[in-house]
Amino acid sequence: MKRRQALELTATMFGGVIIGAETFISGCSTKVKDVDPFSDENIIFLDEVGETILPTSERSPGAKETKIGEFMKSIVLDCYHEKESGIFISGIDKINELSKAQFNKPFLEILPEQRLTLLSEIDAEARTNKSNDEIHFFTMMKQLTIWGYFTSEPGATKALRYNPIPMSYKGCIDYKVGDKAWS
Amino acid sequence: MEKTTFDAIVIGSGISGGWAAKELCEKGLKTLVLERGRPITHIKDYPTAMMNPWDFKHRGMMPKNFSDTNPILSRCYGTAEDTEHFFVKDNDHPYVQEKPFDWIRGYQVGGKSITWGRACQRWSEYDFTSPAKNGYGIEWPIGYEDIAPWYSHVEKFVGVCGNKDGLEAMPDGEFLPPFEMNCVESHMKETISKHFPDRHFVHARWAHITEQKEIHRQQGRGPCLNRNLCMRGCPYGGYFSSVASTLPWADKTGYLTIRPFSVVHSILYDEKTGKATGVKIIDANTKEELIYNARIIFVNASALNTNLILLNSKSNRFPNGLGNDNGLLGKYICFHIYRAHAGGNIDGFEDKYIYGKNPTDCIMANFRNLHQQEMDFVGGYTVFAGAIRARTESVPENEAQLGADFKHKLSEPGLWRIYMYIQGETIPKITNQVYLSNDKKDEWGIPLLVTDIGYDENDDKMVADFLEQSRLMLEKIGCRDIYSGDNHQAPGLDIHEMGGVRMGKDPKDSLLNGHNQLHACKNVFVTDGACMTSTGNQSPSILYMALTARAANFAVEQVKNGKL
Repeated sequence: MKRRQALELTATMFGGVIIGAETFISGCSTKVKDVDPFSDENIIFLDEVGETILPTSERSPGAKETKIGEFMKSIVLDCYHEKESGIFISGIDKINELSKAQFNKPFLEILPEQRLTLLSEIDAEARTNKSNDEIHFFTMMKQLTIWGYFTSEPGATKALRYNPIPMSYKGCIDYKVGDKAWS
Repeated sequence: MEKTTFDAIVIGSGISGGWAAKELCEKGLKTLVLERGRPITHIKDYPTAMMNPWDFKHRGMMPKNFSDTNPILSRCYGTAEDTEHFFVKDNDHPYVQEKPFDWIRGYQVGGKSITWGRACQRWSEYDFTSPAKNGYGIEWPIGYEDIAPWYSHVEKFVGVCGNKDGLEAMPDGEFLPPFEMNCVESHMKETISKHFPDRHFVHARWAHITEQKEIHRQQGRGPCLNRNLCMRGCPYGGYFSSVASTLPWADKTGYLTIRPFSVVHSILYDEKTGKATGVKIIDANTKEELIYNARIIFVNASALNTNLILLNSKSNRFPNGLGNDNGLLGKYICFHIYRAHAGGNIDGFEDKYIYGKNPTDCIMANFRNLHQQEMDFVGGYTVFAGAIRARTESVPENEAQLGADFKHKLSEPGLWRIYMYIQGETIPKITNQVYLSNDKKDEWGIPLLVTDIGYDENDDKMVADFLEQSRLMLEKIGCRDIYSGDNHQAPGLDIHEMGGVRMGKDPKDSLLNGHNQLHACKNVFVTDGACMTSTGNQSPSILYMALTARAANFAVEQVKNGKL
């Protein structure tokens, strides 16, 4: 039982790609500014980035409710190597710069629709990023949001169906479009 | 005063040590089990068993300070935030790698039986006879008929689920009902049997209780509840481990003593009687040296550590290690090939889903070199396989990649994905070996083990055949986006290391006889992976358990007849 578990973990926890300790070779040190990259304000910032990616809707909570900023902080600080965390942290400034250039205001001060427009553009750029040695900061933010959201209590239990003790296994049941996946 | 004399000593409390303890205690022998790690009590010491995904700070991922300091352990598929406490950390127990070898260990009561893979297919007669017949190994001193009743004995107690398929390459046993195949797995079975009549895609056999029998009730073990969180330890006893099953069972007899934190230094030998007299241990914490005596000794320390203990058991009579008259102790180490995998996506089953989590894979019994040598490699391989449907990972390019609709899409099940991976036989070779370091010792003063184990051309050819055949089968199944690969992982990561103290008919080319006794020191039995003459292509643990039960019952007979 070595592969099913590994595949399920990759698929459900990491969204198919793993950025983290083992994916990249560390060694290149990125100079981080003397300010705390995970200040309270930046946690709010990351909460709003997450909320833009996976917003609150009638069907399920948004990423902010899952404290996605705190989750990103835990993974970036504890699991990412220096090069990766440097890229991630630089993304906070970059999003603000792009926000100012387009809307004359930092990211936290623009409207939710403007945030969606802005992050969609950045996402499109990240998805066409073909650089092999440098992963785009937004790829990290999006992946952490999806991973953290669906493994959080609100995400796992409300966006998905959580059943920690199924009691039995049925290999072939009917599926109707719209039914939530098991977490 | 602490009791130091027993009828029997069992070194190691893992999957085979637990069985030795159970059988010996049941037959009335006062038995001491020595375990180098900490005590583990069923349920009480499964700290993560009932935790939710969000209860883990990193949702399973190990932090970088862990992976940086544990490069070997971090490569193990089972090591995550919920299980790492059951694995040995790299720096705590160093060894010397002459060639890359990832040695994965579990030092605690229960050993690796807490985190094992749980596959329990029987060996066929072909597995026993093929190496000698085809010239890539020596003859086993026993055959399928000798071990079959012991397989049954073990299966009934363990609780093994599976289907009776009537396959030559994978004999049937005492099975509980299997977990059903999902709809894609049923499709795989149909298409494979249609296109490849000699390839049998069936339920594998697993140490999971799917139907509680009286014997399981007596152990306090209930049915598997399909959580698929086995490696955390199962509070329901749904799968078999020493701590959930054999050790508490042995304890109920009143004859069992377990001594944790006992690092075995060596087995002591008495020239006058020609027998081993006991075991010298070093207390892991106090470093105090202690000696325990017994009439018989079972060595179940895990394959490579069993080699280490015997190599370190030096005396005038055995200057190169206990029982090592032919100089072959530590040689002919072998393992299973696990380095190749394949998979793809399949359409047409979008209206089907699953309920609960299946903790098992399907299997394809060996179809290579079965009746006669026919490939450009020797030996056979088993393919584990299955299909999963996880949450949607991504949405098509022309759809919104952020926002509420995107979230809703990701909240639904995604593609059905098929996977396959190899479990292949390797050739036991004199050049694949372990030995003691001349100059490096551990903190208990015991020489470090050197691993000098690698792949060979036969392994590469077998992997190439699997990669070709798996692709062919995935095409016939109707997969798209087919991938396959050889990750070239180091030996050891299979966690199926075997040999070094192999069984055989002739003391000239083997260390153990057909009852797992050292040819040259009859009251010492080796019944863990170290005893393996060849690897076969099936998961080995259930065979270790059967060999252990058989040898233990033989040992008890010999003790009662005054022969030991």
